[in-house]
Amino acid sequence: MSDSRQRILDRLRANRPTDVPTPMVYAKALGWDRERCIAAFSERMQAVRGEVHRMQRDAWVGWLSQQLPERGLHRVLVGNGRIGDALAAVAAQPLQVRRYDRPIESWKPELFGDIDVAVTGARAGLAESGSLVLWPDAEEPRLMSLVPPVHVALLDADRLYENFAALIVAEHWGDGMPTNALLISGPSKTADIEQTLAYGIHGPKELVTLLLE
Amino acid sequence: MNQTEAFHRRIDAALHNDQLRRNFRSALTGIMARRAEQFPDDAQLQALRDQARAVRANALVRQPELLERLERQLTANGIQVHWAEGPDEANAIIHEILARADATSVVKGKSMVSEETGLNHYLEQRGIDVIESDLGEYIIQLAEEPPSHIVAPAIHKNRREVAELFHRFHPEIPYTDDIDQLTQTARAILRDRFATADAGISGVNFAVAETGTLCLVENEGNGRLSTTAPRVHIAITGVEKVIEKLSDVPPLLEILTKSATGQPITTYFNMISKPRQPGELDGPEAVHLVLLDNGRSRIRVDAELLDTLRCIRCGACINHCPVYVQLGGHAYGTVYPGPIGIALEPQRIGIDKVGTLTSACTLCGACGEVCPVRIPLPTLINRLRAEAVDGLRAGATVRGHGSLRKPREARLWGLWAALYGDPTRYRLFIWLASRLRWLTPPWLGAWTRYRSAPRPAARTLRELARDEGFRDE
Ligand code: SF4
Repeated sequence: MSDSRQRILDRLRANRPTDVPTPMVYAKALGWDRERCIAAFSERMQAVRGEVHRMQRDAWVGWLSQQLPERGLHRVLVGNGRIGDALAAVAAQPLQVRRYDRPIESWKPELFGDIDVAVTGARAGLAESGSLVLWPDAEEPRLMSLVPPVHVALLDADRLYENFAALIVAEHWGDGMPTNALLISGPSKTADIEQTLAYGIHGPKELVTLLLE
Repeated sequence: MNQTEAFHRRIDAALHNDQLRRNFRSALTGIMARRAEQFPDDAQLQALRDQARAVRANALVRQPELLERLERQLTANGIQVHWAEGPDEANAIIHEILARADATSVVKGKSMVSEETGLNHYLEQRGIDVIESDLGEYIIQLAEEPPSHIVAPAIHKNRREVAELFHRFHPEIPYTDDIDQLTQTARAILRDRFATADAGISGVNFAVAETGTLCLVENEGNGRLSTTAPRVHIAITGVEKVIEKLSDVPPLLEILTKSATGQPITTYFNMISKPRQPGELDGPEAVHLVLLDNGRSRIRVDAELLDTLRCIRCGACINHCPVYVQLGGHAYGTVYPGPIGIALEPQRIGIDKVGTLTSACTLCGACGEVCPVRIPLPTLINRLRAEAVDGLRAGATVRGHGSLRKPREARLWGLWAALYGDPTRYRLFIWLASRLRWLTPPWLGAWTRYRSAPRPAARTLRELARDEGFRDE
């Protein structure tokens, strides 16, 4: 095995192509202000059937405790941070709040079968592409934004960047990455049959962004 | 049967399958229009292509250092790196990882590199249950067919064909050819598999050396599930996929999704840098990366051919190819079809094996115009044609060069060169051709299979021009 490594590297080294200039860092500054970013984010997200709701910073708990039951989403998965705490504190029948507080191995069937909606935070948002940026962690694990049929994400409007290039530079992502980082742009979809778009294949069928201002 | 006869037979079958050609025509027309919509401003498109090309070219020049850096960084992050010269070694490595982890059921995300190695077949023969989880891949796995397109593997099937497949394998589910319902059916079938699989296997779109990050681009979420739900994740990719910096990713990602499917971005862009860390509650405990060479490093021998390796597998060249739209992907008989297949496969596998693919090109140039990393595909294809018949003896580097040389063809071209290289001979020849035009045989090989034989005009253009008062010099 290590022989293969050596042979491959030797062959690659044996033929060094002529140098090319190091590419410039791709910067695509658009000069958008906050309102423009919010408008672009919402428009892009809605174009791929993502819901966006603008609201006051502290209005989301009330919004969810009203909306989730209305939509028949009763079994709510939350993480172990302040979002979970806030929701657990106000949740009343018919909402049942389930915390993601154990390793997945001990409750996989339940996660895949018995959860209606997961509520998570978002690290940032990208205006140009209409994307949520997530860094799942111990508090809000990776499968939360993936397995339940509906994903609700709370996004602080102050955390909107113009695009991915701007975010990477501003936050020095090159210095080190977390276990998993994600851009999520809409609910899961496919066009594998006759190039016709169909939503809700393997990931969430609905993606709701609550944009907090 | 030699490769040319076999290829012609596959072409014949494809051309006589009207349904297949209709499926391709309608799918590709839509994709081309959606791509065009994403690039309303040509200057911006060209600048983005320059950037993407620069990133990939830089990565190829510095490939050995970057691969070592990638390996160092991944290892430091806790991801295990394996190197494989060819398909057998890659498959064996993967099988061993699975065996050691006691993993008997596998969910796969889309990976063309695993098609190169025939991984599914290899694992199934060893008692491992492998299921493709990308909807297109799942469809063709049921049909026991290879992908016909690198981005849309089941593009050759229409909804009725998919409906029949689903019904055959899952008679318990009521028949439907409604695309939304078929999609929900696939969701239900595959969900159990995601919940229970021991290991997930995926490809990689970009491997970032700087941070040790594996990037996956997808819409369905099956790639994320395959790399997150099982306890082991194995990624397999070609050695050319490495790029230097994280800041190289945004331009590549943007031009990849816009070129491939006409989307400004895909639903998911998944960046994996570590296995599950202490305290984390999900994600695989072990992550492996298999780096496959399989003929790639040899391509570096030649500066012109090196461009082939810039490819980011967007499929745009395939979508815009007037030959591919008529034939579909299976006729090529190789893992990668269309223009990139014609350029890559003879270099990877040898002209003596698949060099005849180079004839499946009209040199129209469409592929070169849309390629996001500016690979000069028509130039490369032309170059391979020359190598196939050794028209470039001194600089030929591709395995099997000269193997398609036919003495009669070579003599005919020699004669042509002699006639066209000398004005007196040339004039005499065309004068004779027009005077003796009744001698043209009615049958001229492949040309007259679908067309009538051309007959030279009674008088040459030169004579007609002289009559009109043009000076012949
Ligand atoms: S050769 Fe260019 S156009 Fe074709 S798949 Fe590769 S990157 Fe895309």
